[in-house]
Amino acid sequence: MKRYTFLIVQIIGIIIFSSFKSDNPKSLKPVKVSPDQDNAGLVLPKGFGALIVAENLGKARHLTVTPKGDIYVKLSKALNEKTIYHLKDNNGDGKVDEQIGFGDYIGTGIFLKNNYLYASSDEEVFRYQLNHNYEVITPDKPEKLVTGLINKRQHNTKSIVLDNNNNIYVNIGSPSNSCQYQNRAKGSMGIPNCPTLDSAGGIWQFKADKLNQSYKEGVRYATGLRNVMGLDWNPENNTLFVMQHGRDNLSSIFPDLYDDKANAELPAECMFMIKKGDNAGWPYSYYDPIQKKKILAPEYGGDGKKEADPSFIDPVVAFPAHLAPNALLFYTGNQFPERYKNGAFVAFHGSWNRAPLKQEGFFVAFVPFKNGKPSGEWEIFANNFAGTENITSTSQAKYRPCGLAQGPDGSLYISEDKKGTIFRIVYDGK
Amino acid sequence: MMVNKLIASLLLVLVMSISAFAQSKSKAPVKKAVSKAAPVAAGMQNSINNGKVVYTQYCAVCHQADGLGVPGLNPPLSKTVYVLGDQTRLINIVLKGLSEGVEIDGETYSNVMPAMAFLTDQQVADVLTYVRNSFQNKASAITAAQVKAVRANSKK
Ligand code: HEC
Repeated sequence: MKRYTFLIVQIIGIIIFSSFKSDNPKSLKPVKVSPDQDNAGLVLPKGFGALIVAENLGKARHLTVTPKGDIYVKLSKALNEKTIYHLKDNNGDGKVDEQIGFGDYIGTGIFLKNNYLYASSDEEVFRYQLNHNYEVITPDKPEKLVTGLINKRQHNTKSIVLDNNNNIYVNIGSPSNSCQYQNRAKGSMGIPNCPTLDSAGGIWQFKADKLNQSYKEGVRYATGLRNVMGLDWNPENNTLFVMQHGRDNLSSIFPDLYDDKANAELPAECMFMIKKGDNAGWPYSYYDPIQKKKILAPEYGGDGKKEADPSFIDPVVAFPAHLAPNALLFYTGNQFPERYKNGAFVAFHGSWNRAPLKQEGFFVAFVPFKNGKPSGEWEIFANNFAGTENITSTSQAKYRPCGLAQGPDGSLYISEDKKGTIFRIVYDGK
Repeated sequence: MMVNKLIASLLLVLVMSISAFAQSKSKAPVKKAVSKAAPVAAGMQNSINNGKVVYTQYCAVCHQADGLGVPGLNPPLSKTVYVLGDQTRLINIVLKGLSEGVEIDGETYSNVMPAMAFLTDQQVADVLTYVRNSFQNKASAITAAQVKAVRANSKK
């Protein structure tokens, strides 16, 4: 009996002590964040290190990091019935030690600007007011900014970003591959004046502080974009940039014009600089990275060589086909070396449509920028998310990069949705 | 003399069975499970081999070489109720396509499967026989006659 009493006293003591600890997180001395052994399996340029900050979140899509260093991550599959997680690192060792779930709608988009957290379902956009610690004040009562966006399963995710004028940009992906009469069917031609473009296949602009907007209140800011997952506002030239997921299935729809190798190499995954009113050409055109030309889509009479309407905008960067760019981030931090400043990071989810050829692109790329224009070739920044070089089937990949965010200290955060891992990339200059 | 003859014929039998074994091994490189289980009828093995060619050309792009699909986009073909269940439904998936939003082990898939009625009855039979005997599946063959009947029925 005596022994038990002692034990109980001890347990109570531990409880009191640990609650005291979490009540005063700031009084703890911050431990220096150090990379995991072997950089968590990632391959990085010299001087960079990686650590896993959170794991097992499931379908972790986009994420954002607050000025205090907390993470908000959007899930496209509920985890313990919640679809947004607020992740905290109370002891400052770089690893998340507290997870607070809220939200009951699955989705992809999440973005933080000024005193609001913005998040999207596959049909709607919400915002949450934040307190001075960047914590959501009423997690169960978001304000609905945008509603009624089309969701026909395919390309239904709504990525979001804000400019500096209180506008929010929302990607509305096309519910088809190439606007055929029969989606992805062999030989089926494209519907003239693709009707999809009225309500999808572009970027829509809404007010970031007006409730219950839909198509009527929004502006079709840019069209001819098949599906954009990664988008960001370039702080240098104050312009929207997007990464398009290019069309699939050239060889299975038009086997007489394209073989499997051509399908694996066409078309480029394009980065576009977007000005209001731009048309990027989908479904009538695709960008061929080998001929370096906009080519008329076979669904609209193309033969792999005929050029498309020249009024469609050109890409600013052409990446290899089918790599699936899921996030774009302009880096404004001071932690990384000077050449990374204002450059673009792009998270690639990795391909599936290259089959039967080997799958590629389970990496984060970097493009140096100057004054809002690429100033050099793109390069692989963080590699080996797949865990092996030889991926013949997509599900063999260990991790699939999906979201990007910058921390207050200039660290780069990468989410992945195969297992739900969040990586943090740091630079120690050695 | 008698003994010699006996030894000779025993040897012959041994050589024959070894070469037969080697042949059957080289003929069935597709799946370990297949060669381990009861011998597959030659006709079925033929159909599996031809079906693999059809699969690589028309299905692998979405369902992938390993039949495990692409998370969130294209479903796996390993031990699903669609692959192993009702054969008419399975044949119709290839002939008419599918875009209803299947749920397999709690996962949904956002892509669509196009109709592939341009495949011949034999090609549909072969590819489904291949699928039903690959990716950890083990099920009976689908015949061209079955495909023909389903196709005729759905035209009515
Ligand atoms: C363009 C991509 C694509 C191609 C090509 C394709 N499929 Fe599918 N398949 C899908 C999708 C997507 C679904 C699920 C559709 C849904 O959810 O309604 C599916 C569903 C199925 C299913 C039922 C669900 C399951 O996983 O068991 C079977 C069986 C199937 N496909 C077999 C085939 C075969 C055989 C071929 C080749 C002849 C083929 N598919 C070609 C995309 C494709």
